[in-house]
Amino acid sequence: MSAGGIFTGALRREFKLLLQSTEELANPLIFLFLALTLFALGGGGSPDTLSAFAPAIIWVLVLLANLLALEGLFRRDYDEGSLELLVLLAEPLFLPLLAKIFVHWLYSGLAMTLLAPLAALILFLPAQVLPTLMLTLLVGTPALSLIGAIGAALTVSLRRGGVLLALLVLPLYVPVLIFGAGAVTEQMAGIENMAQIYWLLVITMVALTVAPFLVAAALRISLEQ
Amino acid sequence: MGLKTFWHRLGSPRWLYQMSGPWITALGWLACLLLTVGCVWGLAFAPADYQQGNSFRIIYIHVPTAIVSQSVYMLLGAAGLVLLVWRMKVADMVLATAVPFGMSMTALALFTGAVWGKPTWGTWWVWDARTTSMLVLLFLYFGLYALRQAIPRQETAGRACAVLALLGTINIPIIKYSVDWWLTLHQGATFKLTEAPAMPAEMWLPLLVNVLGIYCLFGAVLLAGLRLEILRRERDTQWVRDLVETAA
Repeated sequence: MSAGGIFTGALRREFKLLLQSTEELANPLIFLFLALTLFALGGGGSPDTLSAFAPAIIWVLVLLANLLALEGLFRRDYDEGSLELLVLLAEPLFLPLLAKIFVHWLYSGLAMTLLAPLAALILFLPAQVLPTLMLTLLVGTPALSLIGAIGAALTVSLRRGGVLLALLVLPLYVPVLIFGAGAVTEQMAGIENMAQIYWLLVITMVALTVAPFLVAAALRISLEQ
Repeated sequence: MGLKTFWHRLGSPRWLYQMSGPWITALGWLACLLLTVGCVWGLAFAPADYQQGNSFRIIYIHVPTAIVSQSVYMLLGAAGLVLLVWRMKVADMVLATAVPFGMSMTALALFTGAVWGKPTWGTWWVWDARTTSMLVLLFLYFGLYALRQAIPRQETAGRACAVLALLGTINIPIIKYSVDWWLTLHQGATFKLTEAPAMPAEMWLPLLVNVLGIYCLFGAVLLAGLRLEILRRERDTQWVRDLVETAA
C-alpha cells in the first residue's frame, strides 16, 4: 500500500471510531468551558480583572483540556488490543500514528480554536484581540497534540497514568504557553507580536518532524511489557 | 587502550565495576579537596563585592550547582540516545543514577538563588528568565523520576525514560529561548567560554575551583551509584556471587 493509502485508511478508521464515541469528543470541551466559568466566578466577574488575565486563563485551560483529551488517545486501542496489531503490522508506523494525532487535534485544538470567541466572551477579552487569540491557538495547538502524544504513548500501559501524563507533558508545553499567551497579551497592549506567532509555528514544525518517530518508539517500548 | 575498545568495554558492567573502584576514591578525595579550598577561599578570603557586599558570596555554591544540574540533564539526554541506539546496559544505569543527583542540584541552585535574591533584589522569587528555566528543569527531573517509579519492569522503565530524556533535551533550548523572551532581571552568565570573566581573578578563581570540585563530586557519586546498580542488577551472575563470598 502506498504511504498516502495508509494515511487515509487510518484517517477513515479514526473518524468512524470517533463518531461512535461522542462523549470523548465533547468532554474536554465541556471541561474547558466549565473551568472558564469557574475562573469567572472565582474572579468576581469584574470585566477589568478578567480581561487582563483572559489570555493566560484561556491558554492554560486549553493546555489542560488538551491533556484530558490526550489520555484517551491510545487508551481504547490499547485495551482492545488493536494498538498491538498496529505496532506489529504497520510499516511505516508513524503514518497511522500521525493520522491519529491529526484527528485528536481536530477535536481538541481545532475545536477549541473555533470555540475561542465564546471563551473570549465569558472572560471579556476585547473583540479586536480575538483574531490574534484564534491565530495563536490555530498554530500552537498542533504542537500540543504532537508533544502530548509522546507522553500518552509512554504512559498508555500504566493503570493510573493520568497525573503522570500531566507531570511529563506540562513542562514541555511551557514554550507554547509563553508564546501563545504572550502574543495575545502584547496585542492587547498594542505591541507588535508577529515574532511570537512565527515561534509558535517553528515549535509546531519541529514537533511535526520529531514527534511521530518518538511516538512510534514510545509505543514499541510501552507494548514490550 | 583505544577509544573503540573503551566503548566496547563500557558495555560490560563487570569491567566497569572493577575499574571504577580507584576512580571513586580519586574523584571523591579530589572533590573534597577542591570544594574545601573553593569554599574557604571564596567565603573567607575573596574580596567583598563593591555593590552587593558579602551577600554575593553565595555564588560560590549557586553557580556550580546551577552549571552541574544543566550538564547532568545533557548527560541524561546523551545516555538516552546511547540506550535507544546501542541498547547499552550501562547507559540505562546512568539514566537511573544521575536523576536524583541532578534533581537535588537543581533544587539547591533554586534555593541558593532565592537566598541571594532576598538581600539583592529584595524578594525571594522573581519570574525572570533563568530562574524560570531552572524551575522547568526541576519539573523535567521530577517527570523522569516519576516515570521510572511508575513502570514496574526495569528494562521498559529505562527505555521509556530514555525517550523522555531525549525529548527534554530537544526542548531545553526552546524553553530557554522562550523564557529569555521576557524582560530579564538576572545578570549575565558568570562564565563564558569566549571571553574573560568581568570580575577580578581573586573572585572568580575560587568559583572555578568549586565548579571543578562539584564535577568531581558528580563523577564520584555517579560511579558509586553505578556500582550499586551493577551489583543489584547482576546479582544472579557468578562473578557477583564470588565477589560477595570473598567479601563475607
